[in-house]
Amino acid sequence: MIIEHIDTQLPGTVTDRHAFRGDQTIVVAKDSFLPLVDLLYREGFQLLVDITAVDWPEREQRFDVVYHWLNLASQERLRVKVPVADGEAMLSLTGRFKTADWFEREVFDMFGVRFEGHPNLKRLLTWDDFPGHPLRKDFPLDGGDAFCMEGCTAPYNNGERG
Amino acid sequence: MILDSIALSRQQLDGDKMIVNMGPSHPTTHGTLRIVLELEGETITKSTPEMGYLHRGVEKLGESLSYQQFIPLTDRLNYCSSIMNNVGYTTAVEKLLGIEIPKRAQQIRVLMSELARLADHAVCVGVNAVDIGAFTAFLYIWKQRETVYDLFEMATGQRLHTSFTRIGGLFRDLPEGFVPALEQFLPECEAAINELEKLLTHNPIWYDRTKGIGAISAEDAVNWGYTGPCLRAAGVPQDLRKAQPYLGYETYEFDVPVGTTGDVYDRYLVRVEEMRQSLRIIRQVLDRLEPGPVCVDDPKITLPSKEKVYTRMESLIHHFKLVMHGMEMPVGEVYSATEAANGELGFYLVSDGGKNPYRIRVRPPCLPIFSSFHDQVKGFMIADAVAVLGAMNVIAGELDR
Amino acid sequence: MSEMNFNDAVMTTRLDAVVNWGRKNSLWPMPFGVACCAIEFMSMMASKYDLSRFGAEAMRFSPRQSDMMLVLGTITNKMAPVLRTIYAQMAEPKWVISVGVCASSGGMYRTYSTLQGIDRVIPVDVYVPGCPPRPESMIYGVMKLQEKIEKESLSMRKDHIERFYESLDRQEALQAAKGLTGQQAIREMMFDAADRGVGTIF
Repeated sequence: MIIEHIDTQLPGTVTDRHAFRGDQTIVVAKDSFLPLVDLLYREGFQLLVDITAVDWPEREQRFDVVYHWLNLASQERLRVKVPVADGEAMLSLTGRFKTADWFEREVFDMFGVRFEGHPNLKRLLTWDDFPGHPLRKDFPLDGGDAFCMEGCTAPYNNGERG
Repeated sequence: MILDSIALSRQQLDGDKMIVNMGPSHPTTHGTLRIVLELEGETITKSTPEMGYLHRGVEKLGESLSYQQFIPLTDRLNYCSSIMNNVGYTTAVEKLLGIEIPKRAQQIRVLMSELARLADHAVCVGVNAVDIGAFTAFLYIWKQRETVYDLFEMATGQRLHTSFTRIGGLFRDLPEGFVPALEQFLPECEAAINELEKLLTHNPIWYDRTKGIGAISAEDAVNWGYTGPCLRAAGVPQDLRKAQPYLGYETYEFDVPVGTTGDVYDRYLVRVEEMRQSLRIIRQVLDRLEPGPVCVDDPKITLPSKEKVYTRMESLIHHFKLVMHGMEMPVGEVYSATEAANGELGFYLVSDGGKNPYRIRVRPPCLPIFSSFHDQVKGFMIADAVAVLGAMNVIAGELDR
Repeated sequence: MSEMNFNDAVMTTRLDAVVNWGRKNSLWPMPFGVACCAIEFMSMMASKYDLSRFGAEAMRFSPRQSDMMLVLGTITNKMAPVLRTIYAQMAEPKWVISVGVCASSGGMYRTYSTLQGIDRVIPVDVYVPGCPPRPESMIYGVMKLQEKIEKESLSMRKDHIERFYESLDRQEALQAAKGLTGQQAIREMMFDAADRGVGTIF
């Protein structure tokens, strides 16, 4: 399948891989990302389903920018994760996939990850001078709102996890 | 003389464009979004869509709620067809857990999903018609939606935000009067769809207002990330119910309507035909609905029944653990997609083994479609912008989350 | 209405009573529909529940042509300045019904982006709880508003509307002075109000 193909054509690109509940995931470094995208496009992965990110604040490369692709011909899905550090800019896919435009703007808005080469990297869901990036783990749920319950950031279990 | 001066002044003013702001409070009932149009006369030269006016922070809120507590939030994503969001989310959590739900639960989920799809397309086509000026079509099809509301209320207790599914199955089984009421509804709905078609499909005004407007090629549609009726109208036969079946869809016989040009007229035709196919699927489900449990029989996932909770110790403890401590989740991540009314509704769940999800991502089907708005209306007139917006079926709850 | 009948041809009454009677029976709604409650509003306007029995058939999406604003759905912080502008554009007499729990108090969304109740930023007359409220509930809300209007007096000063316009001026001044967007200006005004122990910014 596609991961074997990637290993043959671009050896060393995949730094980590796992399959869980039928999903296949690969982790690649930022430098090898664009050649991988070109390969995927040629192999029929032409529907870029989603771009999002996950925040792992304990890690040095804090954010995992996650891409999901779908191959319409073979109905195969692939998840690609690219770790980036805080303050590091990721590469934009707007040249190749028009759908990347707003998805990348949302990742920028929610996490603060910048995308090099994006034509219009403005906030999408919050307003222009919103202070902070909401989906980061150190951003409180109520955003420091004046009228939320005093000191309570997670209304249903008092901020405790697990 | 006067004509010359008018012509001259138009040339001089050629650099001036009029800027019209549509929204975020606007008459078309597509939720709250904003489009800034630059017009030259009546023709649109540039348009900038803006969203986020209904961003409620659902993904962030999900990180502090348990998996079960997130279900009501999913209702309010695509609020025109709430059950499909419930089904999509609980399917994702069930994929993460690695469990399979009982046969009857799958069948009822299919039944309710198709009813919800019917209701959603009814809203989309009706409201699209209202925006263009055809009010009667809206009233005719809305009556069917009211009957669907009655059915939902019978089964789930709520008209709009049903929260019908639970992780491992359903909230409860279908009540006694549901199947007869549904059987009565099916021919009425078929008749209403025929009436709707009589009003619109060969209506020359409707045809003129929608044919050729907002056309998009198949390659462009795929590049823009389209899924759902808009992609099928553009000629790509992608339907997750056929391509990557779930909930037993591979056992039902139904067709997937595919258009050619992707314009507003094709999108309307695809939606109307999908409504008919939904009725077809519902009939098949009713034929083969078999008695059985509606929830997985695992006390670590499903709440035990009330009689057991009040009479047995282990059931009481299981109930307590499920409600207070949540479910035990494996560590891992899944992406699960279902064919919602607007397209591929995806849920990406990242679990670190805790009671709450580490990250919930909702992939909204109408976000890529709406982001292509400026491409779709360039060169068309301002009235066409309204028609295109209606055919995209942008639901702000899903778009902004 | 207090009256004396002169052979059923002439009725005497108080000016307040007849004006209020006219106003309450011809409330033209302005649906500020943003989310799910707007779908139930559509149901209410359709034939089954029919709000036009109450004189409210003429649904005007323009604030300049309506009396009653129905806020239908979650108002987010991004939407708050827009809501204030639209309310300011309505001509008096004007009333606001906050439909649904999201508009009344923020609903189930106690987050960074949701306004915890529109009464923080605009004056509200009637609150209709529900998620979404059934069309019958919304009709009951309109009826409650009608009861409220009946008791109004023409000489009654609407302090809250005056204070609202003052707060709008303060918001614009703040935006001009610090170069903020409407949303940030409202956020600062809310912090200010919370410091003073007041629940609203007007």
